[in-house]
Amino acid sequence: MFQQSSYSEQYTFFQKLKSFDFILFICIFILGCVSNLSMYSTDGGEFLYHTKSHLVRFAIFFTMMIFLSFINLKFWHKTAYLFYAIVLAFLIWASLYGITASGSQRWVNLYFINLQPSELMKISIILCFARYFHREQITSVNNFKNIILSMAILIMPVLLVVSQPDLGTAILIGISGIVVLWLAGINVKYFIYSSLALIVSLPFVISLLKPYQKLRILTFFNPDRDPLGAGYQIIQSKIAIGSGGLAGKGFLKGTQSYLDFLPEKHTDFIFTLFSEEQGFVGSIFLLIIYAVLIFRIIKIGSISRSYFGRLFCYGFGSAIFVFVTVNMSMVLGLLPIVGSPLPIMSYGGSSMLATMIGLSIVMSTKIHSKQIIN
Amino acid sequence: MLRGGESNVRKYNTINRRVFILSVAKGIVFTGIIARLFSLQISENKKYLTLSDKNRLREWRLPPVRGEFEDYYGNVIAGNTKVYQLHVIPEQVEDFKYLMVRLKNILNLSDKNFTKIIKKKRQQKSWETLIISENLTWDQFSKVNFYLHELTGAKPVLSVARSYPFKENYTHVLGYVAQASPKDLINNENIKNKHVPGLRVGKSGLEKTFENDLIGTNSVQRYEVNAYGKRVKQIKFQEGEKGKKIKLTVDTEVQKLCNELLSDRAGSISVMDIYTGEIIAMHSSPSFDPNLFLYGISRDDWKTITENPLKPLINKTVSGLYAPGSTIKPIVALSALENNIISPNFKVRCNGKIEMYGQTYHCWKDKGHGIVNLREAIKQSCDTYFYEMSRRLGVDRLFVTATRYGLGNRVFSNLYSEEKKGLIPSTKWKKNNIGSGWLLGETLITGIGQGYVQTTPLQLCLMTAQLANGGFKIFPRITVDKDQESLEKIKYKMDESLKTETKVQSSIIRNAEEIFNPGEKEYTKLFRNQENVKFVLESMFASTNEWGGTSYRSRIEDPKYQFAGKTGTAQVRKITKKQRELDLTTADIPYNERDHAWFVAFGPYKDPRYALSVLVEHGGSGSKAAAPLAKKLIKKIVDRHEEREKIRKRNLMEI
Repeated sequence: MFQQSSYSEQYTFFQKLKSFDFILFICIFILGCVSNLSMYSTDGGEFLYHTKSHLVRFAIFFTMMIFLSFINLKFWHKTAYLFYAIVLAFLIWASLYGITASGSQRWVNLYFINLQPSELMKISIILCFARYFHREQITSVNNFKNIILSMAILIMPVLLVVSQPDLGTAILIGISGIVVLWLAGINVKYFIYSSLALIVSLPFVISLLKPYQKLRILTFFNPDRDPLGAGYQIIQSKIAIGSGGLAGKGFLKGTQSYLDFLPEKHTDFIFTLFSEEQGFVGSIFLLIIYAVLIFRIIKIGSISRSYFGRLFCYGFGSAIFVFVTVNMSMVLGLLPIVGSPLPIMSYGGSSMLATMIGLSIVMSTKIHSKQIIN
Repeated sequence: MLRGGESNVRKYNTINRRVFILSVAKGIVFTGIIARLFSLQISENKKYLTLSDKNRLREWRLPPVRGEFEDYYGNVIAGNTKVYQLHVIPEQVEDFKYLMVRLKNILNLSDKNFTKIIKKKRQQKSWETLIISENLTWDQFSKVNFYLHELTGAKPVLSVARSYPFKENYTHVLGYVAQASPKDLINNENIKNKHVPGLRVGKSGLEKTFENDLIGTNSVQRYEVNAYGKRVKQIKFQEGEKGKKIKLTVDTEVQKLCNELLSDRAGSISVMDIYTGEIIAMHSSPSFDPNLFLYGISRDDWKTITENPLKPLINKTVSGLYAPGSTIKPIVALSALENNIISPNFKVRCNGKIEMYGQTYHCWKDKGHGIVNLREAIKQSCDTYFYEMSRRLGVDRLFVTATRYGLGNRVFSNLYSEEKKGLIPSTKWKKNNIGSGWLLGETLITGIGQGYVQTTPLQLCLMTAQLANGGFKIFPRITVDKDQESLEKIKYKMDESLKTETKVQSSIIRNAEEIFNPGEKEYTKLFRNQENVKFVLESMFASTNEWGGTSYRSRIEDPKYQFAGKTGTAQVRKITKKQRELDLTTADIPYNERDHAWFVAFGPYKDPRYALSVLVEHGGSGSKAAAPLAKKLIKKIVDRHEEREKIRKRNLMEI
C-alpha cells in the first residue's frame, strides 16, 4: 500500500483512516455550518465581507485540520517546545512591532495574514506543559524546580498578553495553563497559596488596571449604572437573548442584531445573535454540540497510550470548555465583559487557526492512540 | 504496553481522578448556563420581548384633528382648514446647516424666524418633527416641492389647522386656540398625553372649556428603527379620531348683526330664549380676529389689540361689570310689590330732586315728572319715585328679589372661566366686606342701579328673560345638549310650578334639588303673585310703546315685532353740582366719563320669546345709544324665529 512517512512507521494510511474520529469531525462540521450561517445573519442576510472571509477561513483551516490529523503525535511531542518558543517570539514581536487596533497592540503582520499570537498561545501553552510533564515522575512533579519552571512558562506569555493590553485572553491563557498544571498532578496547596497571594495583591492589581477595565468590572456588577455607555453591551445582549424566547425570532429575523443594537455581533457576541434567532431550543442544541465535542476530546485523551496525548487532550478539552463557558457567561451577563471569542463560532482567523490546530492534535492522538512516545 | 513502574500507575491515577473531578465541575457549570438561558428566554421572555420592541419600535404621533363648533343651523363656526406645512426630521438630515440655509433662501425666512427654528431644534429630540413653517403660501409650497430633490430631510406636508370662518364675530363666544404652553401641559393631563410639537389647544372661552371633547386622538405612525434611530420601515398607521363636534345654540345671522350694530364701539349684546335659556347671540365689542393667534400672533397685531383702550381681549358680556342703572328698576318695582310695600297706585311727586338724610338726590329729569304712579315711574324711569320706594323697601328685601332673578350670580356655572359674579349689595355684605354699617342713602342709589351694585350684561339679559317668561327660573345654555326639553314641556312645567302652593324657595334649597335631581329641571316660579310680574312687564311695554316712555322713539308698532324694554343710563362718576348746571351733552364729556348706555328688552310683546340686553360703554343715554340697536336686533331675531323653530323640532326628533 501507500508508503507512510517516517513519523508513522507502524501505521498504514488505511489504518489511520479507520481510526479517524467521526464524532469529533461531525461536531466540528456542524459548528462550522452554524457559525457560517450566523455570520451570514450578521451581514443582514447578504453574502458580504464577514461571511465570505469566515467561510474561506473555515474551509482552509478545516481542511488543514484534516491533513494535520494524520501527522504522527510524535511530531507534536518533538516540536512542542519549539512551537511554544515561536509563539512566544511572536508575542514579543507583537509587543514591539505589533499592529495596534482599538487601543491594543495584539497583531503581527505576516503579510498573508494578521496573526494574533495570543490566540495561538492558548494552544501552545497546553502543548508545552503536556511535553514538560510527559516524562516527569509523579514524585518529582511537585519539586521546587518543576514548580518554578512551569510558573515561568505560564507567566511569561500571560504578562506579555496583559501588557498588550488584552486582559481577557491573558486570563484565558492563564486558566488553560493552570488547568493543565493541576491535571499533571501539581499539589492543590500551591494553587491555594497562589490564589491567596493573588487575593492579597488584588488591590495592587486593580490599581494597575486601565480605567476602561475597571469600568467593565463595575458595570458587570450593575449594568444599569450607565445603560448607554459601558452597560450597553450587557443590557442589549440580555435583551436579545431574552427576547428570543423558546423558539427564537427566526433565521435572519433577529431585530436586535439586524437593527444594530447588538455590539460586536461578529466576534464575542455571536452566541447572542444565534440565541436571539434560534431561541432556547437552538441554544441548547449548540450547547449539546459543544458538550459532545468536549467530552469526545476527553474520551480520546483517556484511550491514548501516551501521557503526552492524554494530558494534551484533557487540557485542550478543558480549555475549550473554559472558552465556551466564559464567552457564554459573558453574553448572558454572568461574567464581566472580557474579550473572549467563542471557539469556531466567532469571527477571527487566529482563534480559528489555534482551535483547528488543537483539534488536529486531538485527532492525531485518536489516530495514533496506540503510539508510545519515549 | 504502558511503561511499567508504580510511579507511572500513580501518575495515571492522579490525572484520571482529576479529570473526573473536572468533568463533574463542567457538568455543573453547563447546567448553570442552561438555567440562565432558561431564566432569560423562558421565564423572563415577556420582559425582554417588551424591551426589544421598545428598542426597535418608535411611534410618531401626529396632531389630532380638532372637533368643530357649529351654530344652531349647522354652519361651521370653528372648523379645520387645509394648510401647507414644511416639516424636517433632524435625524434624517445629512447636513442640517446646509438644509436650513437653502430653506431660508427658498422660503425667504427672516433672520428672526431662522434663529427661532434653530433654537427650537435644540430643545427637541432628534427624531421629533421640527416644524419649519406651519402655514406656507401656495407659492412657497410649490417652490419647496420644485427644489425637493436637493432638500433631503425636508417634508412638505398637507395638514389641517383651526380656522374661524366668521373671524371676529365669535371670538368671545368660542375663545381661540394657540400653541400649547408648558402651563397647559401641567394643567391638563389630556393635553399632556396627546401633545406633539405644534399642537394647538384652547386658550379661552369654549375652546378651553371643552378642550377634552374637542381635542380628539392622535394618529400614530409606528416605525421600526435601528440603533441609531433611523427609520427602517413603517409597521402600521393608526388613524386618530377627530374631536367631538359641538353644536351651539347661537345664530350666526344674529351674531353678525350684533357685531355690526356695535361696530367699533365698546359694548355687549346678548340675546336669550326666555323659555329654553338658549343663547341666541352673545357679542362683546370690540372683538379681534382669532385666526391671528394660530401661527403665533405678530408683535404689531398683538400691540394693536392690547393697546386698544376699548379692551378687545375682555369678554364684556360675562366678565364686564357695570352698574345696571335704571334697567334694575323692574326688579326694584317687583320687589316692592311682592313684599307689599306699595300698591301700583302709590303716588310720589317728583320735583327733579329729593332731600333725604341731609343729601340731595336728583332725578334724571331736572324739571321733575310731577305726580307719578308706579306704572308711570317705570315708563318714564322716574328716579325720585324709586328713591322713595326703595327707602320703604330696604336693601335686603331688594337683595332677595334681585338675586332670585339671577343678578349677582354667574349665569353659566362653568363655561367661561373668566365669568364674574357681579354684586348685589346687602347690609350683611357691607358689614362683612367693607366693615361699616349700611347707610340709608345707599339704599336710594341702589334702587336706581347705582352705587355698589354691579352686573354683567348677560345677567341683565337673564333677568329680563326670567321676567318676560312670567317669572320662572330658566337654565341658560349655549350648547345643544341631549337633555333639552320641548317648549311645550317647559311651559307645562311652568304651569305646574304656578299651581304649587309652596312659597318661593330659597336659592339654597333649589341648588340642593338640582344636585339630587340633575336630570329633571324645575322651572320654579320666582314670585309670590304673578300679577306683580305682569304689572312690571306691562309697565315696560308702556316704556317703549306709549308716548313719554323712555324708549318710545325706538318702538315698533307692527305687533309681529313689537317689544317692551327698559332703558338704563349708568353713571360712571358722581355728577357735581356745577356739571349738573352746565347740562352738557354726551359729546362734550370726555369719553371715559360718559355714561354707559343700557337697554334690556323682550319681544314679541304679545307672545314673548326672546330677551336681550344691550350695553354701549360710555355711549351716553340708554334711550339714544342702546335702544335703537335693540330695535334693529329684535326685527332680525323675530324674522329668524320660524326657521329656528323648524330646527328645534328636528333636533328634538333626533334626540
